[in-house]
Amino acid sequence: MSHAPYHLLVIGAGPAGLVAARGAAALGAKVALIERNLLGGDCLNYGCIPSKALIRSARLYADMRNAANFGVAVPGDIQVDFAAAMDRMRRIRTRIGRVDSEERLVAEGIDLYRGTARFVARDAVEVNGQRLRFRKALVATGSRSMLPNIPGLAEAGYLTNETVFDLNRLPPSMLVIGGGPLGCELAQAFARFGSRTVIAHDEPLFLPKEERDAAQMVSDALARDGVEIHLNSQAVKVSVRAGKKLVELLNDGDVATIEVDEILTGIGRVPAVEGLALEAAGVSYEAQSGIQVDDFLRTSNPNIYAAGDVCLEHQFTDSADASARIVLQNALFLGRKRLSALTIPWCTYTDPEIAHVGIYVRQARERNIPVKTFTVPMHDVDRAITDGEEEGFVKIHVREGSDTILGATIVARHAGDMINGISVAIVAGIGLRTLARVIHAYPTQAEAIKKAADAYNRTRLTRFFAWLARRWLNR
Amino acid sequence: MLDGLQHSAFQYFLRNTDPDNGLVADTSREGSPASIAVIGLALSAYPVAVERGWITRPQAVQHSLRVLRFLAHSDQSGGPEATGYRGFYYHFLDMPHGKRVWKSELSLIDTALLIAGVLTTAAYFRGSTEDESALRGLADALYRRVEWRWAQHEGATVALGWKPECGFLRYGWEGYSEALLLYVLGLGSPTHALTDASFKAWTVTYQWENLYGQDYLYAGPFFIHQFSHAWIDLRGIRDDFMREKSCDYFENSRRASYVQREYAIRNPRGFAGYGQNCWGISAGEGPSGAGQRVAGRMQAFRAYAARGVPYGPDDGTLAGSSLVGALVFAPEIVLPAMRELFGRSASGDARLLHASGFNSTIHTDGSEGWVSSGEFGLDQGMMVLMIENFRSGLPWQLGRGNAYVRAGLRRAGFRGGWL
Repeated sequence: MSHAPYHLLVIGAGPAGLVAARGAAALGAKVALIERNLLGGDCLNYGCIPSKALIRSARLYADMRNAANFGVAVPGDIQVDFAAAMDRMRRIRTRIGRVDSEERLVAEGIDLYRGTARFVARDAVEVNGQRLRFRKALVATGSRSMLPNIPGLAEAGYLTNETVFDLNRLPPSMLVIGGGPLGCELAQAFARFGSRTVIAHDEPLFLPKEERDAAQMVSDALARDGVEIHLNSQAVKVSVRAGKKLVELLNDGDVATIEVDEILTGIGRVPAVEGLALEAAGVSYEAQSGIQVDDFLRTSNPNIYAAGDVCLEHQFTDSADASARIVLQNALFLGRKRLSALTIPWCTYTDPEIAHVGIYVRQARERNIPVKTFTVPMHDVDRAITDGEEEGFVKIHVREGSDTILGATIVARHAGDMINGISVAIVAGIGLRTLARVIHAYPTQAEAIKKAADAYNRTRLTRFFAWLARRWLNR
Repeated sequence: MLDGLQHSAFQYFLRNTDPDNGLVADTSREGSPASIAVIGLALSAYPVAVERGWITRPQAVQHSLRVLRFLAHSDQSGGPEATGYRGFYYHFLDMPHGKRVWKSELSLIDTALLIAGVLTTAAYFRGSTEDESALRGLADALYRRVEWRWAQHEGATVALGWKPECGFLRYGWEGYSEALLLYVLGLGSPTHALTDASFKAWTVTYQWENLYGQDYLYAGPFFIHQFSHAWIDLRGIRDDFMREKSCDYFENSRRASYVQREYAIRNPRGFAGYGQNCWGISAGEGPSGAGQRVAGRMQAFRAYAARGVPYGPDDGTLAGSSLVGALVFAPEIVLPAMRELFGRSASGDARLLHASGFNSTIHTDGSEGWVSSGEFGLDQGMMVLMIENFRSGLPWQLGRGNAYVRAGLRRAGFRGGWL
């Protein structure tokens, strides 16, 4: 192995680290990739992939129970085979993980190190006692579960997103602490598998970052699936009695005690910065917000960059991927790509899903941008009606008086797929007027976007033009 | 129809008021506690009743004085069994003593509805008799002692409420709602006014939407588009937001009425009874219990809920009184709908318009379907006021003449029109 400095040294083989390492290696750079745990990172092992696989199975059980709504008869009782669903999830995880196998990475010319990296100088790290020097480095160590500080929780035992996918038996009952995306997704999934599921959230609405109507729809969907909802409720104490976990929930001064078999904490993520000895490299960071980067993703050490959850506000796999591509250009090829130029969509995979891109109405109004929203309820979309998936809406926010799209929120069963059309429009600078000219396949649920664009076009028909049109037709 | 409906709605207050302290019950049901919001509507309805000849002026003054005296001398310690705190009042009070019940919150919006009534009665009873002078003095003192500013405990917006057990509730009044009245009254206070930033902070989450061909300031439940309009004449006056949109709140409520009707015509969930002349989805009581299959789908029922358009919840329950509350905005579509519900009320007593909610999808022995039992004071009060605004404009006229209301509107940025 060469002792010359690496062109790029990457710490963390999650989505950001893999994209950067592979991209750099493909371009001929000498690349080191260091991972202390599983290749693929949170997304593959504890996040998007296993949760989506499980959600799919749970959704099918929900659909089976609702079969009569579709004029379909399902014979007999529906028996849930949770272990089979977990097996399926693990098979999928393994299959997708093959793309990021050690052999493949090495074959692509990446020097892979398995161990814990620690900075020992401004241009060097140590891993397993070996000193590795670099010209440029990328810290992409991701994030870890944030555990709530609740007396008795540690003694009683709990699940996190890193352990919940190890279950083989469906817990008869479960309390989910935290109504963020992960908490809502898994609460709904476990309820659909048949667990008596309770969710406690410290705020008045789930998904505090989302628009109120969207968050309310998630709340309604969870209630419909039988999830017991405790909003404005804080878990303050946990104890164990006769093998059951007793959790005290505090709501407006009242205490309610919930008895469950398992507790899942899902209150969020904190950047994984511990153990890196960032101080030795002159990299500034905060325990809660992670590594401090500028708009070019450069840290306080100009030769060290960060990408993904360890430094970003939006802790999504797609953001990690996009930020790694920025680093690749900026670190190795004198690029000046900016994080702020990214258009980042995100989606919460409840049923219905909530997807968003661009800015929210509130943000626009705070910046004194006049904003108008074109709203199409899914119950007005033919394909949503035929699919029996009418819950939700498409809301496209434009700058008032123009067709410039500022952002959009979609609540629909396939909102995550639908939002991509809006993302394309924003990035390409396509306005609603042009979208109205795009023929959308009929019948599809994405036709809702076309309907919003058509609604915009109708607002352009001023009284004068309507009068002019009548004069022309009646000439 | 209107006179009979308005008169029968007013009867609620005569039937459900404690003769000693003047507190008014939340509902006509046995054992109902008093609601401070309903007291505000009762105080606002007495001037209408005088003008319509349903009660005499001295009777109305006595009704008003009784409850104002009770409030003025009530326990304001903020204890768990007090009546109020810092000039605000707990949402629900026991009828005989006016003590807090159901561990209810010190309610900002319900206090605002009460104070709107307090100011309305003071604006109407301008006579020189000892009682009317006393009434005006009490009303002014009650308004001046409300510590609106204290309720901005965290940031610029006003908290939803406060409880002795936990302090301020977590949620604030943000985004378009019935709290327009709350902000105007809070901003107009000469003693404990809200900050200038409060109104702007409240409006920052406004959503101007194009839905069913209407451009309007979105709010789902119908009552939101109505409550503030019972007291404040919002025709032709505009704040910054409405200036930007070349609209006003009155016109906005007119458009919201059309959105409500259009939703009922589209009737996406296939509920019985919905249509061009049968609509009005709002907060109110609906059926509860096991779900039923409706139009091929399992439908759950929500009991008491804030139903809204177009995102729901919608379980087939309509609030007839919300139609009456929209009479002033769009009579051309509301009057035919009122006549329809009047005709559908099997007993000929306009039950579907007075009831908190009805659901024609639920099959019962009666032809009306499920109907909420008894009456809710808020509904009856809104019917009295909004019919009167339609007929004579008296409540608006009293509001326009009130210096505090005018000051609050100006501080909120309203300009133009009668202001």
